Amino acid sequence: MTEPFPPNPDPVLNQPITPALVKKHGLLPDEYARIRAALGRDPALTELGIFSVMWSEHCSYKNTRPLLKGFPTEKKHIGAGFGRVLVKAGEENAGIVDIGNGWAIAFKIESHNHPSAVEPFEGAATGVGGIIRDIFTMGARPVLLTNSLRFGDLSSPATKRLLRGVVAGISHYGNCVGVPTIGGDVYFDRSYEGNPLVNALCLGTLRHDQIRRGKATGVGNPVYYVGAATGRDGLGGAAFASKELSAESSADRPAVQKGDPFMEKLLIEACLEMMSVPELVVGIQDMGAAGLTCSTCETASRGGAGIEIELDKVPQRETGMNSYEIMLSESQERMLVIVKKGREREIEQIFEKWDLHASRVGFVTDTGRMVVRHHGTVVADIPARTLTDEAPVYQREAREGPGPVAARAWTPAGLADLDCAGVCAALPRLLSHPTIASKRWIYRQYDHMVQHGTVVAPGSDAAVVRLRLGEAERFIAISNDGNGRYCYVNPHRGALIAMAECLRNLACSGAVPLAMTDNLNFGNPYKPEAFHPLKECVRGLAEACRFFDVPVVGGNVSLYNESPEGAIDPTPTVGVVGLIESEAHVTRQHVRSAGERLLLLGGWPDELGASQYLGVIHGLKMGDAPAVDLAVEKSLQDLLLSQIRAGRVRAAHDLSEGGLLVALSEMLFGGDNPPAAPGLGAAIDLSKGAATRTDALLFGESQGRVVLAVLPADEPAVLVAARAAGVDAAEIGAVTGDGILALRLARPEANVSWPVAELRRAWETSIEAQMARPGLG
Amino acid sequence: MNVAVLQFPGSNCDQDALHLFASGLKVPARYVWHKDTGLGSADLVVVPGGFSYGDYLRCGAIARFSPVMRAVRDFASAGGLVLGICNGFQILCEAGLLPGALIRNSSLEYRCLTCELAVEPSTPSFGPATLGPTIRMPIGHGEGNYRIDPEGLARLRANRQVLLRYASNPNGSLDDIAGIRNETGNVFGMMPHPDRAFERFHPSQDGLAVARAVLATRFPEVLKRAG
Repeated sequence: MTEPFPPNPDPVLNQPITPALVKKHGLLPDEYARIRAALGRDPALTELGIFSVMWSEHCSYKNTRPLLKGFPTEKKHIGAGFGRVLVKAGEENAGIVDIGNGWAIAFKIESHNHPSAVEPFEGAATGVGGIIRDIFTMGARPVLLTNSLRFGDLSSPATKRLLRGVVAGISHYGNCVGVPTIGGDVYFDRSYEGNPLVNALCLGTLRHDQIRRGKATGVGNPVYYVGAATGRDGLGGAAFASKELSAESSADRPAVQKGDPFMEKLLIEACLEMMSVPELVVGIQDMGAAGLTCSTCETASRGGAGIEIELDKVPQRETGMNSYEIMLSESQERMLVIVKKGREREIEQIFEKWDLHASRVGFVTDTGRMVVRHHGTVVADIPARTLTDEAPVYQREAREGPGPVAARAWTPAGLADLDCAGVCAALPRLLSHPTIASKRWIYRQYDHMVQHGTVVAPGSDAAVVRLRLGEAERFIAISNDGNGRYCYVNPHRGALIAMAECLRNLACSGAVPLAMTDNLNFGNPYKPEAFHPLKECVRGLAEACRFFDVPVVGGNVSLYNESPEGAIDPTPTVGVVGLIESEAHVTRQHVRSAGERLLLLGGWPDELGASQYLGVIHGLKMGDAPAVDLAVEKSLQDLLLSQIRAGRVRAAHDLSEGGLLVALSEMLFGGDNPPAAPGLGAAIDLSKGAATRTDALLFGESQGRVVLAVLPADEPAVLVAARAAGVDAAEIGAVTGDGILALRLARPEANVSWPVAELRRAWETSIEAQMARPGLG
Repeated sequence: MNVAVLQFPGSNCDQDALHLFASGLKVPARYVWHKDTGLGSADLVVVPGGFSYGDYLRCGAIARFSPVMRAVRDFASAGGLVLGICNGFQILCEAGLLPGALIRNSSLEYRCLTCELAVEPSTPSFGPATLGPTIRMPIGHGEGNYRIDPEGLARLRANRQVLLRYASNPNGSLDDIAGIRNETGNVFGMMPHPDRAFERFHPSQDGLAVARAVLATRFPEVLKRAG
């Protein structure tokens, strides 16, 4: 046993560590024993707090690390001078991928689910702030944001309050900080009642020589604290995020941080200016989860060094904070910077220019220890690696629950198929369901145009942005996907679909995939029935990533997503970034003029399981997720890209939630830019549709399907190319100028039609009408 | 010719405005820092969009006190051209260089969308004759609801100071006003973003024509050059 510290004059900090106190910190008796062994003595209270946050799931991935090892982190086949992974997943705050000509992108997705559940505005706002810091800490200028959101049933007042708050929070932060929010996905399902998901993704651009690392090296180099002052907000947020939400969670509101996007904007500019000075910055890391604690021990651990800091020098906005509070605070908009010794004045001048704190709080040592002093007393002295690389790792038990097994065994045999009137009524009902309906009410609150690079705004299969890289330009596309219904009934397949659909969306927009980031949103890992879908989803994502040679460059795990109602549907949200080689290849989902022919690629849909149709029309979450064949998907994507590059594709839209009829309707609705041509309709003949059921043909969500709009003159060439690629292709109709979506069916033998304007209204105004506040214009 | 784009802490459309002039119109443009007390030799000062000083108080309420704004006031009173876009428009109103005020959108929500705008006959260079009867430009703001007292509105109308009106009012603005100029015709302010309407892939390229119309107030050759 080594000597304990001299007693701390503060009796609170000096209290003996009891089993009850250990439990309150979310640490198991075994884990406490490991702490004692690592220190060779009992920890002091501040140290216990430090271990509790660093060994929480949020920081340590202790229950998921073995699973995540299955992800491919490098691209195997590098062609055309782009796509190489420059910074791998897990190495740093965000992964980095080469996009050619000496330029790269850094991107990552991260969740803020628990904070958003109890305080939606600040929870979502600080989620955006946190992910932006992860990007600029790598040396990259943030250029776009997207988000994956999941809420309960929109008809419930609680969901409306959460949606309003989350959207306002993202809007407040993203708009002010000047990074456009250009896309994302949103689902509404009862399983997210009381436990919404807020996953925010940020992407930034940088030159290869601008890549910065979160490493503390060089004995004697000064350690600076820059940005906002530390308060008591967000105390223990990482630990809070690592337990289930309960009726008492609102009492955890102090664990939710408060964001200041203006401060963040200044921090971005000041940090990028500082990093542009050659050789000035040795290492840099944001203070996110677990704040000062995490940033100091992680930088020390990565650098194989030690760090000593003095808390009296930490800028504070409250008086009387003790070391426990300062170390565990998650106050926002703060960074830790390790600077080359002797160049202190340079960094101080830059931060003075931006009117920001830059306080020298410590220095790098060679002891491998994280030493913290406050009021002249050592309050923590811990080998840095025990907090990071040597954190516990567990293999959890996985067992499938009875619900998914029963759901997969279900067949629609007992369900009456649609008749003519049923078809007529079902389409507008599906289009107005908030999961499928236009998200305009949401994205019009986001500044999606700032930085003047937005090419395809929200509302198409993938968002497209022009990157200005010095004198050169690059076009990239990004898509977010993740269907919780599929993952509930069949987690492995649901995960394969999430990747396949994401890549299909990118191919529809003309992009070749570069790399992926994912956010794993699941329930309590200590429950085998919640751990099983996590394990299966990760296996599915890894398999798909390997198959498509799309490396995982980072992400986030959010567990304990359970409310008193139970666990959420297992929800991996996937964000894939793709490169569009030429501006001419940018393709949208909207048809452009009458006369265009509509081709269905991939064959007739014929599956109903886990579809939105079953959910919306029959109130069921049953049946197996649609089958998915990665090789077929790959052929389809390659065909799409080849036809887009040949200039033969006027519009392309993938079949997803709501199936064929929803996809066709969306193609006719048009986007904002270019504005929709008035009066477009379509005459569709599905009488040859070889499906066993009409509902499955029209609304089934079979994978690997895309509808293309092509000019009549190009149609033969596209069909020939499809045959050569082994992709089923059939003409199903043409775009008309009569403003009617007309459908010919064989069973029931009937013609059904809808005015497109009516369908569009159902789709476009649904969320808006449900969120309307009387009296406001 | 030389365009000066101001940079306040929290400006976030400064680069957009610079590119509108530098890449779009091929007119030399540079930044001027908010702590600077001079503008250098400038032919046009652009006050860009963003959230100056966070805009936690009224939008533009703090920016008006920054050192550079004293120089902008002197520049404007000497007849220099000033264009305020979005937050820049709010700042110019707060600084008293333009009449009226901008308050929260009537929806109480931020709005980002592309608006159709009626071009009002205002000056020889800014009107339907140079810009056409309608143009399209994006907006992106939470506080673009223009307000002015009845006498002020009467003056705006009598002096033809209204530049642009929304075809479909997105924010509750009085009289659908989207942009105005001062009485002497050298200070312009608008909520829509010409700096988001100039690239090939933007919703329109009308921002170029708007920027040209502002410059042509003093430099008519700009219009001739555009053909």
